[in-house]
Amino acid sequence: MTASDSSASRSQSEDAAPVRVRIHAEPAAQTPQSQNGRPPEVEREAVFDIRDMAVYYGANQALGWTTLRIYRNLLTAVIGPSGCGKTTFIRSLNRMNDSIPGFRLDGQVLYHGHDVYSTRTNRVEVRRRIGMVFQKPNPFPKSIYDNVAWAPRNLGMKTDLDARVERALGHAALWDEVKNRLRDSALGLSGGQQQRLCIARAIAIEPDVLLLDEPASALDPVATASIEDLMHTLKRRFTIVIVTHNMQQAARVADRTAFFSLDMTDRERVGTLVEYADTETIFRRPTDPRTRDYVTGQFG
Amino acid sequence: MTALSDAIERDPSLPDPAAPLSPSGNLRRRGVVSRVVEVGAWVAALFAVALLVLVVYTVVRNGLAALSLNFLFTNPVGLGGGGIFNALLGSAVIVAFAALIAVPVGVLTGIYLTEFAGPRSGAARALKLVLDLLQGLPTIIVGVVVYGLLVATTHVETGFAASIALAIVMLPLIARSSQEVLLVVPGSLREAADALGVDRWRTVLGVILPVAIGGIATGAILSIARAAGETAPLLFVDSLYNPSQTQLDLFGHGVPNIPIYIWTTYDLPTANAITNVWGAALVLLTFILLANVAARVLLARTRAKMRG
Amino acid sequence: MNPAGVTGDRILFGLCVFAGLLAVAVLCLVVYEVVSGAIPSISRFGVPFLVHSRWAANFGIFGAAAAIYGTIVSSLMALAIATPLGIAIGLCLSMMAPPPIRAVVGPLVEMLAAIPSVIVGFWGVVALAPFAAKHLEPFLHDVFGFIPLFGPPQTTGLSIFSAGLGLTLMVLPIIAALSRDLFLTVPEELKDGAAALGATRWEVIRGVVLPTTASGVAAATVLGLGRALGEAIAVTQLIGDGTGIHSSLFLPGTSLASQIATNYNYSESALEIPSLFYLALILLVIGLVTSVLAKTIAGRFDVQRSLAR
Repeated sequence: MTASDSSASRSQSEDAAPVRVRIHAEPAAQTPQSQNGRPPEVEREAVFDIRDMAVYYGANQALGWTTLRIYRNLLTAVIGPSGCGKTTFIRSLNRMNDSIPGFRLDGQVLYHGHDVYSTRTNRVEVRRRIGMVFQKPNPFPKSIYDNVAWAPRNLGMKTDLDARVERALGHAALWDEVKNRLRDSALGLSGGQQQRLCIARAIAIEPDVLLLDEPASALDPVATASIEDLMHTLKRRFTIVIVTHNMQQAARVADRTAFFSLDMTDRERVGTLVEYADTETIFRRPTDPRTRDYVTGQFG
Repeated sequence: MTALSDAIERDPSLPDPAAPLSPSGNLRRRGVVSRVVEVGAWVAALFAVALLVLVVYTVVRNGLAALSLNFLFTNPVGLGGGGIFNALLGSAVIVAFAALIAVPVGVLTGIYLTEFAGPRSGAARALKLVLDLLQGLPTIIVGVVVYGLLVATTHVETGFAASIALAIVMLPLIARSSQEVLLVVPGSLREAADALGVDRWRTVLGVILPVAIGGIATGAILSIARAAGETAPLLFVDSLYNPSQTQLDLFGHGVPNIPIYIWTTYDLPTANAITNVWGAALVLLTFILLANVAARVLLARTRAKMRG
Repeated sequence: MNPAGVTGDRILFGLCVFAGLLAVAVLCLVVYEVVSGAIPSISRFGVPFLVHSRWAANFGIFGAAAAIYGTIVSSLMALAIATPLGIAIGLCLSMMAPPPIRAVVGPLVEMLAAIPSVIVGFWGVVALAPFAAKHLEPFLHDVFGFIPLFGPPQTTGLSIFSAGLGLTLMVLPIIAALSRDLFLTVPEELKDGAAALGATRWEVIRGVVLPTTASGVAAATVLGLGRALGEAIAVTQLIGDGTGIHSSLFLPGTSLASQIATNYNYSESALEIPSLFYLALILLVIGLVTSVLAKTIAGRFDVQRSLAR
């Protein structure tokens, strides 16, 4: 059962048949027979519809024309060698690049059909719905409780704040470790704990999308593993986009994977989207030779 | 890969993710509050600029009326008439002499703090405390003290005492700026010199100082600009002088100077007086602002040199 | 090891130590001079000197209270205006203004600090005080006259109020420039983290920038206070020639520094100079305490800036 693509133009090397996944899958007994041994695909809505997006810092082009869709309640990994524009890409999704001097974006980033970069779009609202966790843990110099409660307080979520904080810390797998020292400074936590705190802080306001920029790269392997475990639970609730330079991590947690690489055009090094498909395809049966080289460890 | 059931039901009180990207919930109100703060900050900044412009404009407009070659090159006459020639020269001499004392002592102190004393050592911390305390001294106290030391005994106010007082004011500033500049000299320079077996003093004088000289000069220029305008230290130490004579001998004589000229002339009853004070203020302000600009340019160049 | 080199090192070291000791000696000398000069007055009047407000040289009666009052009131007034304004300017220049504006307005604000006090005082006498007398004081008296601070305005405009305004002009750029420097030290990732949580700019400032720099800003305020408390020239020119303690800001007054500046050269009584030294001692203590306080509050921030940045 291959769904036909309704919109015609795709300039990038995306998978030929975009995955359309139905929102409510039927119970197993009624699942339609699989046709080629692979589980049937169901329709999903696209949270992000990115069309011909290109990013410039001043005169330099950092990201070349990127077109892809990010789907709801899936975990999409963005992989690629250093400097290929992964962070630029993800930060462009929630307007976090605005503060960088010389930043300019061409093309369109549509979020549920709305243009993120339209002049009528409220940037603060964008970030309220599309949260972000950064590479280096950046907890506020406040107590653990206040770190998580700060944003909900701003948003007026004052009722049951304690419960909200507990829930968020619980979903971030941090509650048990900190429940007896919520008033302690967040800066006293270990790196892995701080990063989980940052995740808790981000999910406390229940965003629609969670962007994670290499969340485990500054952490030791044990902490990294705990973050990864989180991804499985979190993706049931949020749409997640995660940038990682750790391919194994992507292979373990991601539903779909986008591979970016550096395209040397003339004198410029521009990051480009090379291939975007479900994770199994990217890692086992990549179409593009560059993808194959990367995932088999030939470079980067 | 396929979720059997969709995600946990979203709390209905949360904004609909598919809604347009305009403020939801309380964001409208919060956005207004933020805007108000931003506008307030801009108003404050513009107010400060306006204040500066106002003061400078007033001084320039009124001072230009007094400005002429005659004004600059004749000495004061009678009650607020004539020009400011002796005061200009006198100020130049006093400040130059003060710099002659303060710059070497200040730079040497800076060298001590960066090259010899460890930053955490008791000596360094004590010295930094002393310098900070000196910097925070009300300048009138400096004047009172120099009076007590040099003038009370001899009953003669001198330009020399003025220079000493100004040097005391300048010292902590030059020491601090020298220290800051010396700190940013790349450590690699020192390491390279050490590796070559060069003596410490040669490294400091021949390698480090030349690199830092721009920053040190910047500090010196700004301190000089500051000293040129200081009145309080001079009140009891160099305000009794013959106002209509040029006097360049610092020792044993009071030396006319611009700040005291302004101080004593501004409330004289003649019309000339006010005009001339505006003129003197214009000259002083011009010097100080030009010195500031020059110092900034010099600093930018030094920074560029140290980076590249 | 080159023997001449070692000697060279020793000479340089010796010179540096000498310079450092010179600085220490100067400070000690200052303290010694002020204290010893004040001793005759201290032994005559003792601590009550601080609470008596009458200063009558020909009667040999001296008291510092009026001067202390004028110093504190004018300085607090200047701080009350300059602190919020300065912080606002610092926020604007560090977080809101685009780089070209920062590059221009920043130095302009710093140059405001470079205006010598004698010019501030002179401009104040000629331009500010009349404006205050004609417009500001009547307005404030009309609106807030029920508060004793805002009594009936008087014609010359030379008053504690005008002195306070002059001090504001001198303290504002200090606080503004220091605040701006402090706000620029807040790590970008901290601000990003707050922004990524859907916070408005003010919320980022209130939640992250201000709390992180609070001790530095407090220290900057103390430094500004120290500057105001010690200012002699502009205050002397603007504060008029008042005696005693009055509640209205619009009456002339006196301050520690201005009292010294005004009376120094005329000593009618043997105790006048020592009493002026006593005032200087009070001023010295204030100056030293504010410096130490600022350093202590600042913690990890280094707020005593050189003029060169």
